[in-house]
Amino acid sequence: MTERLFEGADWDFHTLQRITDACEEVALKDLGLDVYPNQIEVITAEQMLDAYSSVGMPLFYKHWSFGKQFAYHEASYRKGLMGLAYEIVINSSPCISYLMEENTATMQTLVIAHAAFGHNHFFKNNYLFKQWTDADGILDYLDFAKKYVMQCEERYGRTEVERTLDAAHALMSHGIDRYPGKKKLDLREEEKRAGRRRQHEEEVFNDLWRTVPKGASKTRSAISLERRRKLLGLPQENLLYFLEKSAPRLAPWQRELLRIVRHIAQYFYPQSQTKVMNEGTATYVHYRIMTKLHEQGRITDGNFLEFLGSHTNVVFQPEFDDPRFSGFNPYALGFAMMQDIERIVTRPEDEDREWFPDIAGKNDVMGVLRDVWANYRDESFIAQFLSPKLMRQLRMFHLHDDPEERAGIRVDAIHDDRGFRRVRRELARQHDVGYIDANIEVVDVDLSGDRRLILHHHVIKGSQLNETDTKRVLQHLADLWTYDVSLIEVDANDKVLREYVVSPRPITAAA
Amino acid sequence: MPIHIIDRRLNPGGKSLENRQRFLRRAKSLVQGAVKKTSQERDIKDVLEGGEVTIPLDGMREPRFRREGGTRDMVLPGNKKFIEGDYLQRSGQGSAKDSGPGEGDGEDAFRFVLSRDEFVDLFLDDLELPDLAKRKVAQTESEGIQRAGYTTSGSPSNISIGRTVRRALARRIALKRPSKDELEELEAAIAACTDEDERVELVAQLEKLKVKSKRIPFIDPLDIRYRRFETVPKPVAQAVMFCLMDVSGSMSEHMKDLAKRFYMLLYVFLKRRYKHVEIVFIRHTDRAEEVDEQTFFYGPASGGTLVSSALQAMHEIVRERFNPSDWNIYAAQASDGDNSYSDGELTGMLLTDKILPVCQFFAYLEVGESGGSAFDLSDSSLWTLYDRLRNSGAPLSMRKVSERGEIFPVFHDLFQRRETAQEKAAP
Repeated sequence: MTERLFEGADWDFHTLQRITDACEEVALKDLGLDVYPNQIEVITAEQMLDAYSSVGMPLFYKHWSFGKQFAYHEASYRKGLMGLAYEIVINSSPCISYLMEENTATMQTLVIAHAAFGHNHFFKNNYLFKQWTDADGILDYLDFAKKYVMQCEERYGRTEVERTLDAAHALMSHGIDRYPGKKKLDLREEEKRAGRRRQHEEEVFNDLWRTVPKGASKTRSAISLERRRKLLGLPQENLLYFLEKSAPRLAPWQRELLRIVRHIAQYFYPQSQTKVMNEGTATYVHYRIMTKLHEQGRITDGNFLEFLGSHTNVVFQPEFDDPRFSGFNPYALGFAMMQDIERIVTRPEDEDREWFPDIAGKNDVMGVLRDVWANYRDESFIAQFLSPKLMRQLRMFHLHDDPEERAGIRVDAIHDDRGFRRVRRELARQHDVGYIDANIEVVDVDLSGDRRLILHHHVIKGSQLNETDTKRVLQHLADLWTYDVSLIEVDANDKVLREYVVSPRPITAAA
Repeated sequence: MPIHIIDRRLNPGGKSLENRQRFLRRAKSLVQGAVKKTSQERDIKDVLEGGEVTIPLDGMREPRFRREGGTRDMVLPGNKKFIEGDYLQRSGQGSAKDSGPGEGDGEDAFRFVLSRDEFVDLFLDDLELPDLAKRKVAQTESEGIQRAGYTTSGSPSNISIGRTVRRALARRIALKRPSKDELEELEAAIAACTDEDERVELVAQLEKLKVKSKRIPFIDPLDIRYRRFETVPKPVAQAVMFCLMDVSGSMSEHMKDLAKRFYMLLYVFLKRRYKHVEIVFIRHTDRAEEVDEQTFFYGPASGGTLVSSALQAMHEIVRERFNPSDWNIYAAQASDGDNSYSDGELTGMLLTDKILPVCQFFAYLEVGESGGSAFDLSDSSLWTLYDRLRNSGAPLSMRKVSERGEIFPVFHDLFQRRETAQEKAAP
């Protein structure tokens, strides 16, 4: 009979150590997980609020928008509108998990199993994280970014820095490379390079602009559209990258700030694409670990019931007509799918054999799951592994809302033989970041004329940009570009739906 | 695999403070507007509370490219009765939620909580106080340190040696730790002993005692005592603040608002200085009455103007409820300066004989309409009277005010006086 890890709700640091060791044993031996070294930190509610306001990172550069976040979270927390997360986990090596001090011993066990082993394994093994993030370098890079921003503030003034960061933040969602191809990000190298690079770049003449002042006729012929596109690397959907490389009048330090914001956006990019999988993995892992600890007699029945209570809350999925409904709960969907895969692998039915011939009845649950966790993102994961049985269980259906349709909203497909594939395809699409974010790219620069920057928004299904916000973002863009910027919204047939033109504010031009 | 468990709870808090200050600085005009509005609605006593303010989000917005409208597809859980090809009505159906959690709509106003200090700071800013004065107003009372017995924990510098040694001694006696003399005596006995059997016994006895004295330490951590200190608030007295105001028809809203700010500032000042501050509101026309704050500022009243009635009322209240030996009495009077001519003498007499002797501070604020041109003409009857009293040596602070920024100088004397009092106390 194994010794109990703890009794009741109290814990101390020895208890945490014992809990972590026990979780680790199950995670590595029974589940075969592969994790970064763990670092567990106990924090207070105020520190949790701090972490909330700097996107969960332990250190970050200073900016007013984080203060706004903090004020907002604090107000809603104080009024009791919002509970705080039990934990925050950072994709870094060592993998840092923050635990709230007020969690009970059972909750600490749950949270350690969830974050320090579930999320940790996912961070280390999923291909998106491997491709786009550098867990070893992120903390050092953030430290560099913080210092760099501080230095810029000292040298160029807080207002100037703030203006550049405001603009960069507005474009953050479009500062991401979506397709691999370039070399993997090495943040340590980035940091070392920054200094040398700036000095060098100040001396280098931008080939692009040399062509401008020459005679008009020659210029026009010399720069054909093709050549221009090649010189500028167009079309380019990473707006921050484009500005960093090609904006004519940015100071070197401004380019570096854009680069920092871009790198950070890129670091978070995999997380937005794997919400369901990441939480599903972590929830599945904590469920397995907790169950095992209970079987081993290391957790009492009472504590296990407490765990089941919290677990049930976490994976609760309200139905669409429930007032609490606000979309699919990634924990619920992810966990349900992981369990479903376990079922298919161990106890398949005929239907499953037909739908999932590769994994049905394979019996190696963890082998299959580890492979899934490593090689999919939400969209492909759902498209591949959402089973008819689960669709029936959750009673999924697909609604199509066309504003032109007078009769109302059409039910396009339901959980029946005719609908399974369509429901699944549509749900997968809803989890495709490339499909959710507006598709905006730089297509051309008017070099012979007024250097206007031309962007296209490819409108999908008639969903255009919000006018007020778009004008504001374009204003920031124009301030960085320092010449006019125009954004054209075109539909699938290249029909122009709307055009925005924004001129830079004079104050930046003077700077 | 080594696992690091770190306790971060003791790390210095306020990591977000810098960001918060940046946010407040950026939103300063908005927050200031909100504070001004809130403080107008507040009771005087609440001016020192922090609190929730709401500011419009304009200018604090963080824009992003967002898509909206168009045809929408969604997959939802919990189908009950729909089959493929059904049409749902757009309105009145739970399924046809208009949009996701609307980023655009919900965010128009931004609510957050200002701490007490932030609130007071902004409030004082709005009054255009000079910086030096601001610092003084904002100064919190320091607390004194006083010895308060002994404690089992503390810093090494606070070890009470006497107490520690005494406890060690008591423990050694209680546990019968052999003393040095005892051991020496025994050793001497052994040396002097001739009988072999007795010698062996004595040596055994000595060994036993030595072990015992090793086991019972000379000073045990248990014995250590530290001097304990306690912070005690410096003896503070209580204060009462009398707000006197003319509420006859000639006082406009603007004038009343100026008066209210004047009272608030005095209250802030007193609150920093005294632990307990009472406020008494006396309004008067040709009669005076004690009222609550709401009535004081907003209750309708009409009639002529007899300032002496208010002073008389104050005098009676002081006599009944606020014994000058127990209370610091502050009075602040606001008026547009009208007083009936025949009342002048009585007012002057009441003030010099009854009121001023018991008051720490008496301020008179003559409020005027914004623009303040009326003051250039001639002094009002009350002003003339008070001016005469002041020239003959009465401790009166008086000022004509038509804009918010002019309120502070009234308190000049008050701050001045405090400074000299402190200087006297310092050496």
